[in-house]
Amino acid sequence: MLEYLLKRIFYVVPIGLGVSLVCFGLVHIAPGDPLVSVLPADASLELQEQMRSAYGFDKPLPYQFALWIWRAINGDLGYSIATGRPVAPEVWRALGNTFMVAVLAAAFGFLVGSVLGFVAGYYRGTWIDRASSALAVAGISLPHYWLGMVLVILFSVQLNWLPATGAGPGGSADWVWNWEHVRHLILPALTMSVIPLGIVARSVRALVSDILSQEFVEALRAKGLSEAGIFAHILKNAAPTGLAVMGLQLGYLLGGSILIETVFAWPGSGFLLGNAILQRDLPLLQGTILVLAMFFVTLNLLVDLVQTWLDPRIKRG
Amino acid sequence: MACLVVLAIILLAAIVAPLIAPHDPYRGSMIRRLRPIGTDGYPLGTDELGRDMLTRLIYGGRLSLFIGILPVLNAFVVGTFLGVLAGFAGGKTNMTIMRTIDVFYAFPSVLLAIAISGALGAGIFNSIVSLTIVFIPPIARVAESVTTQVRNLDFVDAARASGAGAFTIIRVHILGNVLGPVFVYATGLVSVSMILASGLSFLGLGTKPPEAEWGLMLNTLRTAIYVQPLVAALPGAMIFAVSICFNLFSDGLRSAMDVKL
Repeated sequence: MLEYLLKRIFYVVPIGLGVSLVCFGLVHIAPGDPLVSVLPADASLELQEQMRSAYGFDKPLPYQFALWIWRAINGDLGYSIATGRPVAPEVWRALGNTFMVAVLAAAFGFLVGSVLGFVAGYYRGTWIDRASSALAVAGISLPHYWLGMVLVILFSVQLNWLPATGAGPGGSADWVWNWEHVRHLILPALTMSVIPLGIVARSVRALVSDILSQEFVEALRAKGLSEAGIFAHILKNAAPTGLAVMGLQLGYLLGGSILIETVFAWPGSGFLLGNAILQRDLPLLQGTILVLAMFFVTLNLLVDLVQTWLDPRIKRG
Repeated sequence: MACLVVLAIILLAAIVAPLIAPHDPYRGSMIRRLRPIGTDGYPLGTDELGRDMLTRLIYGGRLSLFIGILPVLNAFVVGTFLGVLAGFAGGKTNMTIMRTIDVFYAFPSVLLAIAISGALGAGIFNSIVSLTIVFIPPIARVAESVTTQVRNLDFVDAARASGAGAFTIIRVHILGNVLGPVFVYATGLVSVSMILASGLSFLGLGTKPPEAEWGLMLNTLRTAIYVQPLVAALPGAMIFAVSICFNLFSDGLRSAMDVKL
């Protein structure tokens, strides 16, 4: 067990390095001189020289990569072209906002998805199964940015119940726990929850129906165990895989929030990315993507560890 | 079945768009902007530049389907090649290929697509390249795992014992057993690809105006939700329809061919 854990934790190092290499490469696959892509258009010669030596563009690539990684580990992700401010604090602030939407969306989506999937799996083959499975397929097929627009049309334009954009009244980006701010959170979170909802429902349905078709369930029923007791058995057997699916989904929500945040002008990491793309602010793009990807890698590791802890039979290489 | 009919109609309409579209997809008019659904001569209304919505939705299918399906096709070819190579060769080749793929797999797909096309810049070609890169890892993983399973079966040993070369074994025995399941798996990715491709256009990273493409149309119509909400929502409904049809089609294919992945 310990050996597996150490191996799994150790395995993250090359993956993390690979992920950083891809992020590092983003500035270099961009068309044109990498120096141009990290400089504002009207940069003076002096600034150009300064940036060249700061990034080490005059040095060989492996050296540049090592330098970049070393700075990233120390919390220095470079400077935004558009604002001239350091990238790291901006990313962290935006990440906090994304977290809020993603966690709320995940909680709602996982809950509804699990219930839907469980009911479908338990009553498999009946109309209940068909109805909730249809709902799940609709969930995974929805272009969520469009759903966001439709919800805005319904709840903001037609009914005027909820605000259409922003994170707070008057475009404030600083979060406060009051009703005025929570109102802004509802539509983005609801929109985002649809993505994991469908996938969780489908996975849970498959798990439950798979468990129910195993012989031990027959044995438990023959023994006279109540349906509530059987539910406990299903839960216990479905939990490791189910939790793994949900952990990954949370990661996808954090990394995939850009479209929803663009629709709602929500000042999160995706919105930051959107601005970076619009203004071709490559240091900001690179930094945001590195942080988000590293989060995903760490989350993956945690999911694996929890899964192994819940079900020690899983010992994958 | 119903989903196949819907897909066929949308595809056919896109192909013969110039013949059936009632108007010019690019010619607008400032005096008939944002007409509602059911306007005389403009059954689905007009967009923010006064162009006929029905025409643009029909034409939009061309680009949207193209940029949604092509990445999966590309990734199917490249991913299968890499997966079969890794699975058949084993050893160091397998290690190199699969570990590299793990790195790309370590990104959430939306993030990877946006990272690459964001760095490359806007454009149809760049959006197809970035989505192809996104879909290679999952396909290669499936191809590799199926290949590894098949490679260890007795009939491969038998073929080898009767003197078949590596190329023949791959062509006849491996590909014959791998292509089916991998293809079924790939059809399930088309719906994600459609949503992502149109999403990139929605962000301004894919097709550029005045091109007719559903994601881009959704983006430019966003400002019109206060004036003509129903018209503004139409392009998204098209993406949804195509995506759900592909999902149902893939589900059907999966159970018909009894593929478990």
